[in-house]
Amino acid sequence: MADKLRTQQQLEQLQSRYVGTGHADTTKFEWTSNIHRDSYASYIGHPPLLEYMSIGMGEPKERVRAMMIEKMIQPVGKPPEVQD
Amino acid sequence: MATTSSMFMYSLTIQPPSSITQAILGQFAGTKEQQIVTASGSRLTIHRPDPTQGKITTILSQDVFGIIRTLAAFRLAGSNKDYIIIGSDSGRITIIEYVASQNRFNRLHLETFGKSGVRRVIPGQYLAVDPKGRACLIASVEKNKLVYVLNRNAQAELTISSPLEAHKPQTLVFALVGLDVGYENPIFAALEVDYTESDQDPTGQAFEDIEKSLVYYELDLGLNHVVRKWSDPVDRTATMLFQVPCGADGPGADGPSGVLVCGKDNITYRHSTQDAFRVAIPRRRGATENPERKRYIISGVMHKMRGAFFFLLQSDDGDLFKVTLDMVEDESGQPTGEVKKLKIKYFDTVPIASSLCILKSGFLFVASETGNHHFYQFEKLGDDDNETEFDSDSFPADPTELYNPAYFHPRGAENVNLVESIDSMNPLMDCKVANLTDEDAPQIYSICGTGARSTFRTIKHGLEVNDIVDSELPSVPSAVWTTKITREDQYDAYIILSFTNGTLVLSIGETVEEVTDTGFLSSAPTLAVQQLGEDALIQVHPKGIRHIRADRRVNEWPAPQHRSIVAATTNERQVAVALSSGEIVYFEMDSDGSLAEYDEKREMSGTVTCLSLGEVPEGRVRSQFLAVGCDDSTVRILSLDPDSTLENKSVQALTSAPSALSIMAMADSTSGGSTLYLHIGLYSGVYLRTVLDEVTGELSDTRTRFLGPKPAKLFRVAVKGEPAVLALSSRPWLGYSDPQTKGFTLTPLNYVGLEWGWNFSSEQCPEGMVGIQGQNLRIFSIERLGNNLLQQSIPLTYTPRKFVRHPEQPLFYIIESDNNTLSPSTKERLLNDSTVVNGDGVVLPPEEFGYPRAQGHWASCIHVVDPVNAKDTLQQIDLDENEAAVSIATVSFSSQDDETFLVVGTGKDMVVSPRSFSAGFIHVYRFQEDGKELEFIHQTKVEEPPLALLGFQGRLLAGIGTDLRIFDLGMKQLLRKCQAQVVPNLVVGLQTQGSRIIVSDVQESVVYVVYKYQENRLIPFVDDVIARWTTCTTMVDYETVAGGDKFGNLWLLRCPQKASEEADEEGSGAHLIHERQYLQGAPNRLSLMTHFFPQDVPTSLQKTQLVAGGRDVLVWSGLQGTLGILIPFISREDVDFFQTLEQHLRSEDAPLAGRDHLIYRSYYVPVKGVIDGDLCERYALLPNDKKAMIAGELDRSAREIERKISEMRTRVAY
Repeated sequence: MADKLRTQQQLEQLQSRYVGTGHADTTKFEWTSNIHRDSYASYIGHPPLLEYMSIGMGEPKERVRAMMIEKMIQPVGKPPEVQD
Repeated sequence: MATTSSMFMYSLTIQPPSSITQAILGQFAGTKEQQIVTASGSRLTIHRPDPTQGKITTILSQDVFGIIRTLAAFRLAGSNKDYIIIGSDSGRITIIEYVASQNRFNRLHLETFGKSGVRRVIPGQYLAVDPKGRACLIASVEKNKLVYVLNRNAQAELTISSPLEAHKPQTLVFALVGLDVGYENPIFAALEVDYTESDQDPTGQAFEDIEKSLVYYELDLGLNHVVRKWSDPVDRTATMLFQVPCGADGPGADGPSGVLVCGKDNITYRHSTQDAFRVAIPRRRGATENPERKRYIISGVMHKMRGAFFFLLQSDDGDLFKVTLDMVEDESGQPTGEVKKLKIKYFDTVPIASSLCILKSGFLFVASETGNHHFYQFEKLGDDDNETEFDSDSFPADPTELYNPAYFHPRGAENVNLVESIDSMNPLMDCKVANLTDEDAPQIYSICGTGARSTFRTIKHGLEVNDIVDSELPSVPSAVWTTKITREDQYDAYIILSFTNGTLVLSIGETVEEVTDTGFLSSAPTLAVQQLGEDALIQVHPKGIRHIRADRRVNEWPAPQHRSIVAATTNERQVAVALSSGEIVYFEMDSDGSLAEYDEKREMSGTVTCLSLGEVPEGRVRSQFLAVGCDDSTVRILSLDPDSTLENKSVQALTSAPSALSIMAMADSTSGGSTLYLHIGLYSGVYLRTVLDEVTGELSDTRTRFLGPKPAKLFRVAVKGEPAVLALSSRPWLGYSDPQTKGFTLTPLNYVGLEWGWNFSSEQCPEGMVGIQGQNLRIFSIERLGNNLLQQSIPLTYTPRKFVRHPEQPLFYIIESDNNTLSPSTKERLLNDSTVVNGDGVVLPPEEFGYPRAQGHWASCIHVVDPVNAKDTLQQIDLDENEAAVSIATVSFSSQDDETFLVVGTGKDMVVSPRSFSAGFIHVYRFQEDGKELEFIHQTKVEEPPLALLGFQGRLLAGIGTDLRIFDLGMKQLLRKCQAQVVPNLVVGLQTQGSRIIVSDVQESVVYVVYKYQENRLIPFVDDVIARWTTCTTMVDYETVAGGDKFGNLWLLRCPQKASEEADEEGSGAHLIHERQYLQGAPNRLSLMTHFFPQDVPTSLQKTQLVAGGRDVLVWSGLQGTLGILIPFISREDVDFFQTLEQHLRSEDAPLAGRDHLIYRSYYVPVKGVIDGDLCERYALLPNDKKAMIAGELDRSAREIERKISEMRTRVAY
């Protein structure tokens, strides 16, 4: 029993430290949100990639950066209704 | 690296990226002078702005082998030196200093805080420093914030604490800035959004209600922890923060502290203890401007002067606004720390910047987001002009309340004056290597920039030459010299010209005129001229040596009877001449200033072709060696030591007879000091450089370079105070030690071919050269040694996307398009429609002000460019109906007797993200007047914009969506002949050889397709295992394709031999069609040959030569302005050598920002089969002990290793 508790604690610690660590009941919404947020953070963090997109969109880099962080708030739309 | 790879490439950068991610200002050298440090890609560069000349020079540039995301400068209290903090992808915080005495960066601290890589929750995206240099905060986009306390210890060294956490989960950071609070506890301000609730609320109400807040994090220095001190909602659209200054002991006359919060259409002053003040961002007024379009602030800078401060904030049009704060005054008229109002007014317009720096010396550095960086001088600060000033009294402080927008009229620059435009090829959209001018080396043609600031650039390898004098002479001279009259003279006094039958002496003064009373013999040609000893002159002519004393007394040494002098060399104390009989006569100057002949003559085995004495080393009486070149293809080194005069020291055999020799001491990276070199020029046009041992006279470390088909001549000149060698063949070259690496570099001059050259120094031109070109005398100088790639620009109209070359003519066709920009026809309509009122109708030059913008509009055109003769655009074809060109190709149609047509693919009403459009078209143009003009023939509607076009077996191959189609040219439109769906997403590129087509998909790498003529089928037969977001590809051979992707990788993929053969078998069509798919893809898979992460996004790839006689290399261009090459290795031995060297360098010269080099180059996929030449070239910069250690491990000498490294580059590139 103690072992199970420890595993549980370790997992929780991992989940709090590394955002996006899954668990047994990860929903599709959580998973896709995470993927999208990770992607946007990566686009922002790589200067050539951000520039590539800003040229494509015809907007300054700073505007594209702000737009992408804005999208990180709700990257895949509204969360689903919880049914129980 | 997997050692099992069968293919190895050596990766080199020819031109580092020129885009600037961030620029910071500081006194990094510890002196009063300010420097600018910039981050471009993985490079950290320090520049010195020169306020007197208004120029910026690069002092040091270093590749840190990691992605630099952010920089910050800070200074400890009481110190006068700024340190640099780097936020990179290493998961570590790096603090470095610039050591001016050694001209290098020195790492002071490297603290690990997380995983490496650019991740959502690993700090590195934001970096803020307390203005008093007491702490810094490094943060990620989401959640994590770490505060480091900076201090100094008893030894006055910088110390850094362990990190203090200020994490807040599920919180996104938009901006972060250090608050100016004087000497109170450091505070950092962040713009945050908490998405916890919106993630839980299925109704979407919580998302609607989300607030953006301004949060203060206070570092309590006493308790050593961080608290979230204050938080208040601000404008939902806010994206940027700027620090407002504060007095040393809290808010006061020096400033009120707090921040400016910049959002859509407004700027708000906020602070925890003050009221909010808000002003609108003025919008442009004009007939073509949408009055409802709201601006954002995209960059800015705060500048503090004595007793005042102001902000320059830039909107997304590039307009700079001056923002100031008014404070409430007390009874005595002194400002208190309480803010009264916020004021804004239009300042000037500059290119859209990624960083702005205001220098104390009154300059503004604009690190442009795209195109050239600009360096401006302030004329005034916009204090007393007629611009309307808007203040916060007219705007409500509450962000939700409505107000009347503010407007202004943009105008030409009044406050700043452009003094230097620094070349930048960022963004480099496409690039082609071609030899259009029939020179010996090809040129690089590229399209760069965005909007109206975009350019077509021609890049040539060479040094820029400043032409000073070009005057014609009465007849063709054979040689020219300059000389001083006495040793103490600073400048040259005479120019001596030798003709076939005489000598002409010109004096240098206010004017250059002939003089006759100099004592020079004018009736014979001259072989050498020298200023000897204190104040004498020497003229060597075929019949003797004329020694002209200061009092014009002449001593003549006649050549022995029936013999003449064929070669001569001199320095200020020695003279050596070679006679037609093969004898060498040697003279040395006595103490009384007369020339004494050495008794014995030395007879050489063959005819002497050239001689060289070195300069007399400082503190010595003679040069130790005489180099003698004979027509038996040898060079001999003779000793000039009094004990062993004219004795043989060493011999070097050559491939051809030497035509010129020069012994010269030059700075050298291997020894760290200066080394004696023997430069040898051969009749075959080959140039050799060997090291001459100063003691034994042994020759070693020979490096060769082919200069041109004419015999090489060598001259000693001075450039930038350093000795250099001017090597003349079919074109002039300069050999010099690179100012940064001190390595020997040989670069052609961008100048006419010269027959003779010499040093030239006068009052007007202290460091020049004089040369003979045909019948002309030319005087020129070389100003810059740092940059050996010359650029020539032709301005373009819109952002260039792709270009093609005319199959025969030296012409290029460029497609250009700009999103969200009004097309010329719409613009004209608006201008005509509007009731033009006071100045609204003024059309501003778009190069400075940009084009009028409008959502969903496209402006696009096709340009014909002649980069060789006219050096200009020849024709512009504008596209209307909201069409934009997306692809271009030249196709020769066999149905039209192989006539070549220009085919352009366009899209109508395109939206980039999420992708949509209303239709696609393929336009066909006919070449007129040898391609100088285009005639529109017809257009064909297709369902999607064709992103890739290619001529294929006398027909047109087009990638339309997921389909590959073959068209033939009809009378009214293109006729579809064959079609197949070959890729899963979107065809973005096509390459072909024979009947094989390489199709690149936007997301799913490349697919090999075979066209079966009999069955008229397109059949995919090989695809890839990894999703590569392909940007460009090229076929290296029939089986292999090289490509680049959007994440910045370069790779080579090869088709399995069996699959390749099967696909080309006669009549295998049916078999291929029915072959079983493998894992839902094509029947076969490509294998990865090499993989490399160069950091920049490759935009073009080409297999070509770069230098005359060089091997084929892969030249790639990167979006940020990088030019790089991949050189294939030939021998396994070399691979092993460089692999070991790379391994040693990784540990001995670990990257500055703390990124592991191997992991960096393996960013997305483990590096395979590529050796990083940029790392290997850092060997030359290592300290001598480390060099020796690595050399020991490799069982070679340091010199040998340097030679190998430099040969890798010079054999195939610059």
